[in-house]
Amino acid sequence: MIKVILPELGQGIEKATVSFWFVKEGERVKEKDDLVELTTDKAAFNLPSPGTGTVTEIFFHEGDVVKVGELLAMIQEEQ
Amino acid sequence: MTQIRDVLERDPISWSIPNDGVAKVGPPETPQEWNVLAYELRSFVAQGEYEAGLELQKTLHARVKAGACGSSLVLCRHFPVITLGRKTKPGWLRCGEHRLRASGIRVVECDRGGEVTYHGPGQQMIYPIFDLALFRNDLHAFLRGLERAVIGVLDALGIQCHARAGLTGVWHEGKKISSIGIGVRNWVSYHGISINILKDDLANYSLIRPCGMDIQMTSAETILGRRPDFGELAGIIQRRLCHDQSYLA
Repeated sequence: MIKVILPELGQGIEKATVSFWFVKEGERVKEKDDLVELTTDKAAFNLPSPGTGTVTEIFFHEGDVVKVGELLAMIQEEQ
Repeated sequence: MTQIRDVLERDPISWSIPNDGVAKVGPPETPQEWNVLAYELRSFVAQGEYEAGLELQKTLHARVKAGACGSSLVLCRHFPVITLGRKTKPGWLRCGEHRLRASGIRVVECDRGGEVTYHGPGQQMIYPIFDLALFRNDLHAFLRGLERAVIGVLDALGIQCHARAGLTGVWHEGKKISSIGIGVRNWVSYHGISINILKDDLANYSLIRPCGMDIQMTSAETILGRRPDFGELAGIIQRRLCHDQSYLA
């Protein structure tokens, strides 16, 4: 399983808000595909998928605030 | 209200834009490269509808992301348009809807950070399509770097400006002269900076709460008491963002 974690975004940025997911639970993604868009104060940014596989679980949804280091989703990796 | 399109120096429908208004970031190495860059920036700009500029940015973004070209700048000026960033909250409209409709100004939702803002032909838009490795993949450092770059550009025009903690953008004596809102995909940026150059557009800000706040906007023309030349400005942007890259630090 691949853990999708909110990475460090910059000095002083501790959290971001989920705008929307490009995929739903159960859908397949390829590595580097757009996975989720998040926003901070003046930046909207996407998080690319860290691997290829099926998104099994999404833990934060539209409007939720996520802290750096928190688990956003799980991906079942394809062999 | 600025509605007329003849504020633009050239009719964007008939004007062919050299190199689509895109300039390479990084000091040119040969006299020929300098000439090309100078020509591009003097002739610059994808002028016209907001969506045309956005489309150009996305095309270039894909090329930078794929490593097909280096970090680049898109310089342009837009017809009057109100854009709603991802953080736009209800209440962004300061006037009645009938007044907005009467103005004829279009409203476009877009995928940048920040709230509502206005763009018009009296503004210089600077869209950095940058690989954020230049800023150690640090969104905060990138935004502060853009502020430093704008402060440098305005300083060269003879305007002393500053940044304000917690209020991204560039300010002069309590009034905002430049707004910044970015989009980042795969650690390559798009969207970017608007600088109010001519005062023609300022009245249109009264339609909205820029950045979701009741703030006063100003322009380079208001401060200097003369209309800055967009060609001169292009040369300054060339020096401050392409040649002198100290704002990256």
